[in-house]
Amino acid sequence: MLLTILKDIGILTAISALLGILLVIAQKWLSNYGECKVQINGKRDVTVKGGSSLLNSLADKQIFIPSACGGRGSCGACKCQVREGGGPLLPTERPLLSKSEMATNVRLACQVKVKSDIAIQIPDAIFNIRKYKTSISEIVDYTYDIKGVTFKLQEGETIDFLAGQYVQINTKPYGKVRQSVSRAYSISSRPEDRDQFQLIVRLVPEGICTTWVHQFLKVGDEVEVTGPYGDFFIRDTDADIIFVAGGSGKAPIKSMLEHMKVTGCERKMTYFFGARTLKDLYLTEEMRSFEQIFPSFKYEPVLSHPAPDDVWNGKTGFVMPYFKDAVRDPLKTEAYLCGSPGMINAVTKSLKELGVPADKIYFDSFG
Amino acid sequence: MDISAFVLFWAAIFTSNILLTNFLGMCSFLSVSREVESSAGLGIAVIFVLTATAGLNWLVYHYVLVPFGIMYLQFIVFIIVIAAFVQLLELVVERYAPALYYSLGIFLPLITVNCAIFGVSLFLVIRDYNFLQSIAFGAGSGIGWLLAILMLAGIRAKLKEKLVPAGLQGAGISLIITGIMALAFIGFSGIVQIQ
Repeated sequence: MLLTILKDIGILTAISALLGILLVIAQKWLSNYGECKVQINGKRDVTVKGGSSLLNSLADKQIFIPSACGGRGSCGACKCQVREGGGPLLPTERPLLSKSEMATNVRLACQVKVKSDIAIQIPDAIFNIRKYKTSISEIVDYTYDIKGVTFKLQEGETIDFLAGQYVQINTKPYGKVRQSVSRAYSISSRPEDRDQFQLIVRLVPEGICTTWVHQFLKVGDEVEVTGPYGDFFIRDTDADIIFVAGGSGKAPIKSMLEHMKVTGCERKMTYFFGARTLKDLYLTEEMRSFEQIFPSFKYEPVLSHPAPDDVWNGKTGFVMPYFKDAVRDPLKTEAYLCGSPGMINAVTKSLKELGVPADKIYFDSFG
Repeated sequence: MDISAFVLFWAAIFTSNILLTNFLGMCSFLSVSREVESSAGLGIAVIFVLTATAGLNWLVYHYVLVPFGIMYLQFIVFIIVIAAFVQLLELVVERYAPALYYSLGIFLPLITVNCAIFGVSLFLVIRDYNFLQSIAFGAGSGIGWLLAILMLAGIRAKLKEKLVPAGLQGAGISLIITGIMALAFIGFSGIVQIQ
């Protein structure tokens, strides 16, 4: 009896093992795309092992294409132009690409698999993107739900970024959250401090990363960061500037202003900061101090829903109605916006109505 | 069973349609039948997997399970064989037909748990088919399944413009349509009887 049972189990195991081995061999043979060459911008070649996504293959070679969702194909940040060898456009990419992008072979790097030699075009700035090991050197509370977190690079390391760019921080598993996620935050400190940078993080209810930063991160913790990313930085012209930010959107603009404090700036600048109530305002003193430094800078906090006991005699409501007075010549005005997609849409619409050209409105959306 | 493979093939499509007579493979039938295009893709994959696994499982049954006297393990073994075959098929399709691979998406691995496939493997043992009969029965059942899902997808496409009572929308009305289709298929049943 026992022998029969053992024999039967043995045969069953043998069948499964045989099929398993067959599959492993097939996988080795079928999914082996060999070494593939990725030609970048027609000048630099890297050789990667075929079969994995373009995003991951390049990350293995220390080339970091931005990706806010970690390769799940939901954020669209990893767009890049694939000139040759990308294969057909996939249904998973379509929703995130515009018609003109599809026509010019723009693809999502996280969806394109490297199966043959491939030629891609990426901005040169991406080569500047690196992975950094940092440790938290300071955490300050700006408001009840906004913290400023300073990341210190390892001894001897430096980061080169433009004021307004962002980095991605990789969280560690905590509490019930088992996986590690990667989220993007704008740098709020000035680029002159090259051995550290500060991020401003607002607590989002149920947010995986913001909860981690607010409730679990301590001074001294080590955090992995990649960056810098983004094309949100001050253009070198003499046009007037309108800054608009809400919540933690203050970060990139703080970086820009601190940078200008070093380089000097004669341009007329107006900074509208939208908040709900008085207790949502922060760094007000610092912003006011810029008004002393730059003769033509004005800081305009606007409260949308001042609390009944708020002592407030400044501007209220939406920020949009106040743009009129700030725009002298719409054709000689640039706008830099940072905040929620809803805020950015409304502000962009209002600026266009005032005559500010669409290509002079730069923004960094929290989308 | 003494019945020609040719007859069995046609019978599996019409008189003993695996879906409309035996109601096997309902889950993907109901969930994928929203669009004619994806139903056709899945149907073709089902034909292929059904034909191949019917043959494979016949061989496994007669040359492994019977000699070792472990026919009672057929349920487990058949499922393992089907799962392995679908995995293999997935690898092949990904390599040689990436466009099809992405259009089938999650449905290709889901074929593993399509009861029509498993049902056919069990039928060919119960009804004692020979190898040729099994292949013919598998292929016929696959085509029958494709036919049924294509019909339902076509009807559902037309139904989109019609007003369906709120309580019946989605799966409800689909099941009623399937029932009516099954009734219609009874019309074929007088031609030949295989079960």
